[in-house]
Amino acid sequence: MSETVAFKPFSRPQMAARVAQDIPEGWYVNLGIGIPTAVADHVPLEREVIFHSENGVLGMGPAPEKDKIEPWLINAGKQYVTMRAGGSFCHHADSFSMIRGGHLDLCVLGAFQVAENGDIANWATSENDTAPAVGGAMDLAAGAKRLWVMMEHTAKDGSPKLVQRCTYPLTAVGAVKRVYTNLAVVDVTERGFVVIDMAPGLSFEDLQARTDAKLHLAG
Amino acid sequence: MINKIVQSMAEAMAGIKDGSTVLIGGFGAVGQPNALIDGLIEQGAKDLTIACNNAGVGRVGLARLMDLGRVRKIICSFPRSSDPVVFETLYRAGKIELEIVPQGTLAERMRAAGAGVPLFFTATGVGTKMAVGKEHREIDGRTYIAERSLPGDVALVEAWEADRWGNLTYKQAGRNFNPVMAMASKLTIVQSQHIRELGELNPDHVVTPGIFVDRVVHVPYGDPSGF
Repeated sequence: MSETVAFKPFSRPQMAARVAQDIPEGWYVNLGIGIPTAVADHVPLEREVIFHSENGVLGMGPAPEKDKIEPWLINAGKQYVTMRAGGSFCHHADSFSMIRGGHLDLCVLGAFQVAENGDIANWATSENDTAPAVGGAMDLAAGAKRLWVMMEHTAKDGSPKLVQRCTYPLTAVGAVKRVYTNLAVVDVTERGFVVIDMAPGLSFEDLQARTDAKLHLAG
Repeated sequence: MINKIVQSMAEAMAGIKDGSTVLIGGFGAVGQPNALIDGLIEQGAKDLTIACNNAGVGRVGLARLMDLGRVRKIICSFPRSSDPVVFETLYRAGKIELEIVPQGTLAERMRAAGAGVPLFFTATGVGTKMAVGKEHREIDGRTYIAERSLPGDVALVEAWEADRWGNLTYKQAGRNFNPVMAMASKLTIVQSQHIRELGELNPDHVVTPGIFVDRVVHVPYGDPSGF
């Protein structure tokens, strides 16, 4: 094999733009805290995608100007947001009925690991975590019509995050449909992971070398 | 004449017993009944079980109640916060019990309590450690786990407007857990930013009907701040 050629990983804004590109008008979408939050910045307002937040906010708009902060209007990440025309508030049980009742078209979450069978681990890194914080992750993963994950392809120590079986405590089983990483876009199918896009200059072999589970090419 | 509006915090807190389960509304600082939490600290009940989305920030409010050794157990979805110092110290020292509940299951357990439903099935948590020891049932080809309702002895709720019958409205994201907690408890105590005359609230805009409310105290503090 020849020497690995230089490749250019997708930047965070590129990843967010790539996810945003795949969200059609009319979808109700929940963006998880962390990397996925940025996706909203890449959906143009004229494409009417309706963003939901767990704390009872449906129809969220972008962050407010500093002098226009509304102290009663926050998202699940406890950041100030705005409300679009057509937005509405509800209480927590109704908000989670939207999630658990299968009304959301899409949820995008960050993750520590995704397995080739669609299992996701994103809330605790050890069985012995002193006080793990689950928030709404398990509801979102089990309840949304489709679950996509946005994450780095490998952990900070270089270990793969696309794995055969998750070693961290699970958030949900068989839930993930697609993964967007800084190196690739990968569908979770009955065959396992199917690569549908790769960072420029990256070879399939290079991608496989950074992935624990077996990758398949689309087609 | 029905009048649920009380004139003092002591009156609002009267009769809360040691060992009570107390549901506390709010998501971060928004919709969090800070004055009632301080009232509970003053009132003195101990050996409490607290259900709240978070486990306290800094050393005030819920964190202070825990710091005073008055909380036996906390039921929440997200014990982390910007500054969870009190909870983490107590938890590491084995001085407080923690029950982690997925946020939607937490809300649904309280709504179920309010609706007289003792047990329900949900797909949330299936295949995770939340499912350990719980009844599993396959319904129409999907696996669900059983969850118990979570009734409160007391709910502490923040509203935007209230009248003397206990009808409530909320402001924006300040609604969050407050309406389900109001439904789920034997004694629901409300702090409200505004008190309206009976008939002044548009019945179409009432979110929590007064049947779920026992006491209202007027606390016009302004806007929430700090998470």
